[in-house]
Amino acid sequence: MIRRARGVVRASTLLRSLALVVVVGLVLLFLSNTFSAYRDLQLAEAAYYFCVLAGLTVLAGSSGQVSLGHGAFMAVGAYTVAKLANAGWALAPELAAAVVATLIIGIPMGVACSRLRGPYLAGATLAFAVGLPAVADKFPAFLGGENGLSINPPTPPASLGTTFPLERWEAWIACIGALIVLFVLYNLTHSGVGRALRAVRDDEIAASLAGLRIGRWQTLAFAVSAAAAGLGGGLLVVVTQLATPGAFPLQLSLTLLAGVVIGGLGSLWGAAWGAALLVLLPNWTNDVANSISLSTNVSHNLPIAVYGAVLIVAMLMWPSGIQGGVRALVGAVRPALAGRGGSAGRSSTERGGNAGDVPAGDREAGDRVPEAGTKTPSGS
Amino acid sequence: MTKFIDLTLNGISTGAIYAAVALALVLIWRSTRIVNFAQGAMLMFTTFIASAVISSGGSYVLGFVVALASGFVLGGVVERVVVRPVENAPPLNAVILTLGLYTLLVAIAGMIWGNSPRSFPAAFSLHGYTVGGTTLLFTPNDTFIVLVVIFVAVLLALLFRRTTLGLRMRASAFAPEVARLLGVRVGRMLTLGWSLAAMVGALAGVLVAPSVFLGPNSFDPILIIGFVAAVLGGLDSPPGAVVGGLVLGLATSYVSGYEGDALVPLAALVILMLVLMLRPTGLFAATRERRV
Repeated sequence: MIRRARGVVRASTLLRSLALVVVVGLVLLFLSNTFSAYRDLQLAEAAYYFCVLAGLTVLAGSSGQVSLGHGAFMAVGAYTVAKLANAGWALAPELAAAVVATLIIGIPMGVACSRLRGPYLAGATLAFAVGLPAVADKFPAFLGGENGLSINPPTPPASLGTTFPLERWEAWIACIGALIVLFVLYNLTHSGVGRALRAVRDDEIAASLAGLRIGRWQTLAFAVSAAAAGLGGGLLVVVTQLATPGAFPLQLSLTLLAGVVIGGLGSLWGAAWGAALLVLLPNWTNDVANSISLSTNVSHNLPIAVYGAVLIVAMLMWPSGIQGGVRALVGAVRPALAGRGGSAGRSSTERGGNAGDVPAGDREAGDRVPEAGTKTPSGS
Repeated sequence: MTKFIDLTLNGISTGAIYAAVALALVLIWRSTRIVNFAQGAMLMFTTFIASAVISSGGSYVLGFVVALASGFVLGGVVERVVVRPVENAPPLNAVILTLGLYTLLVAIAGMIWGNSPRSFPAAFSLHGYTVGGTTLLFTPNDTFIVLVVIFVAVLLALLFRRTTLGLRMRASAFAPEVARLLGVRVGRMLTLGWSLAAMVGALAGVLVAPSVFLGPNSFDPILIIGFVAAVLGGLDSPPGAVVGGLVLGLATSYVSGYEGDALVPLAALVILMLVLMLRPTGLFAATRERRV
């Protein structure tokens, strides 16, 4: 009976993703209730970083493109939310509008850049990341110039009690946003869309012979990824109550890229690792800098240096990131467990689902392995 | 009208600098099919080295030579140590790698020299020429910039077209297997290509530093405009890079003159978008475009 229920859940991507969202949501709820205010704030930060990184990892892992402009897309979402909040909009429509605004800017960029291969998207998005923050200076009356726009903090509903901490409420909002992104992107990458994107990434000629319009799929991947970044930026304003040009420098976009590469390109779990790291790493390097009393020049630049070094080392030695390591570990443990318990429980549908993000990591290593699902003998 | 003439003259001298950056990008693209996003940080680093030489008592000429030499060495080391392993990997790896290098170099420069911008001396006077009572925005230093960049471009053209070494480098870039069979040391040629490119980049850094100040991040817009110039010229063609650099120099000069400095990178982005939409192969190259 239980076995049959598990079979049903495995067979349907939608049910599987819902189960995932519920489980992750409950874990986050539990964590946020045990956390201090400071930790709750960090959780909220990690949640909005997750939105952006998940979008970026789908773009890089599924369609083989990379964007350096996601910091600027965050800025678009952030300013949209700040403007609308000051105009008296409610939270949910505000965030939805942030997504729409980002799409309006992201789609034309994706169209323009999908016409040529190679590093054009990277270059164009780089220009976007450097250029966009200046727009706020250009329209000081509308966008607040250097000082940016500030909004009022969200108020926890009265039903949660008067002593409910603001940070926890912000963490809840950000986590709900992250869960929505997780749900949408999980379904996207595990559906026909995800397969089409991977086909386009791995062999353009074969994909177009199979009837796929290459440019359109790449534009779609870019648009989805930009929308996720816009939501992340909107959540950032909800958490920090401030949208300034200085919050979205080129460095932010590069840091985001480092986050997805460290976590593991192409994997949603990798995006979660990356988000946690982006929040925790500056704290760690600060502690290190303080404990051995480095000069401010050095300690200020230490996190950035770490990101840069990690990007280089990861590309040279360990392109699959943290999630690649976790996967290797699971891969080593799982056959042992399966061998002990009689491997019949491992249905092939699950393999097919999980295989979705495996080649992304492996492909970065340069050796093109076939999908993991086809490599292993069928378990059932 | 005088403002227009001033902006045009100014555009020619900044255009020469963009042309040098674009040349550096094109040289690397031709030899290894990689866009070197670390170029901006590499030329920032060599300019800081020149600045250190000059501020510790060295002459401008010494600083200039040291910048070019350190660019030559840095380019070669970067190719040998970090770029070589990803040359045959998927293009995304090289993009991420050069961005990592960019990030690392910016951080190291910040650690050594601090994040606040400092001034950098110019080779010649920064007072404009006087023609018929009005002072133009074109200075003796601008003349120097334009002449140096023309000199370097001609030198590179002669190297690639008239010498055996240039022929070997072109052969290594276009048909590495055949070149290797004929006894060309392909790896060495690729390293040399990166060294030359980084040297041209270092030149651009020293030339532009007096007008933008010198800080770890102050050359970001120049890299982007150089990239757009290279794409405009087709990313494959050195003459295209020079023309693209001049076009971008003029365009950005008008934008910053009439609309303000802040919009220059966005104007570059708009030009890039228009090029990619209307003529995605650039003005000079024969790359195949792809239909959406």
